[in-house]
Amino acid sequence: MNLHEMRTPMGRVRGLGSARSGTRAFWHQRMTSVAAVPLTIAMIVILISLLGRSHAAVVQILGSPIVAIITVLFVLTTVYHMWIGMQEIIVDYVHEDKLKLATLMANTFYAVTLGFACVFAILKLSFGV
Amino acid sequence: MTELQAGSTAAPRRPRPLSPHIQIYKLMLTYVMSGFHRISGAALYFGTLLVAWWLIAAVAGPNAYANFEWFISTLIGRLVLFGYTWALLHHMLGGIRHLIWDVGLGFEPNEREFLALATIVGSISLTLIVWVIGYLAAGGPR
Repeated sequence: MNLHEMRTPMGRVRGLGSARSGTRAFWHQRMTSVAAVPLTIAMIVILISLLGRSHAAVVQILGSPIVAIITVLFVLTTVYHMWIGMQEIIVDYVHEDKLKLATLMANTFYAVTLGFACVFAILKLSFGV
Repeated sequence: MTELQAGSTAAPRRPRPLSPHIQIYKLMLTYVMSGFHRISGAALYFGTLLVAWWLIAAVAGPNAYANFEWFISTLIGRLVLFGYTWALLHHMLGGIRHLIWDVGLGFEPNEREFLALATIVGSISLTLIVWVIGYLAAGGPR
């Protein structure tokens, strides 16, 4: 049995859980939260160092390899984390099936769009094209 | 419910007893911090739009970036950014509190109270520290 598998055999067979995905989200939420702590601290340091600088300087610093890598990792980690978190909020409070499906879908669209837009912006800055 | 009803006898159903819910519990700090964790998480969910706007403005060019800087310099922009900073740091500290619980520590009553207090005092202190450092980094009083 997998170490992180906390579902009962019946739960596994029926694929239960309000989001139909079992304990995977629980585990991934912990994993992303551990990653988010150092990334958030690094991001705050980066943001403070950019305050008061011109657009050209901001572009140059944001596009430098280390800063760009940290920023991309911060975005990917937090966007996945908040996607799981909002899914949890939705399944807690939205009980009507159609509305639940619609809000879960909207949550995915929002998170994917936001994540892609941020990563695209950082990569474009970094590659300078 | 349908499965339950299908399996039950024809006896009329009585209203089922409900377990105590949040409205009858004493408002305790641990309970308030639990709520704050979810609320700050939801606030960050929408606050991330600000991060996206900032990054996209930076790549779109000086004019777009000037628009972002203008918004952030307004009173509303400042309040949004301050709220984002506090929500981010509060959610981070609250998350560390949850990770401590996840490894099985910090469940004694005094430990729970301490962690709840440390979350709110820590997040407010850290937010003020970050803003003071940011204010000085941006050039201080001019």
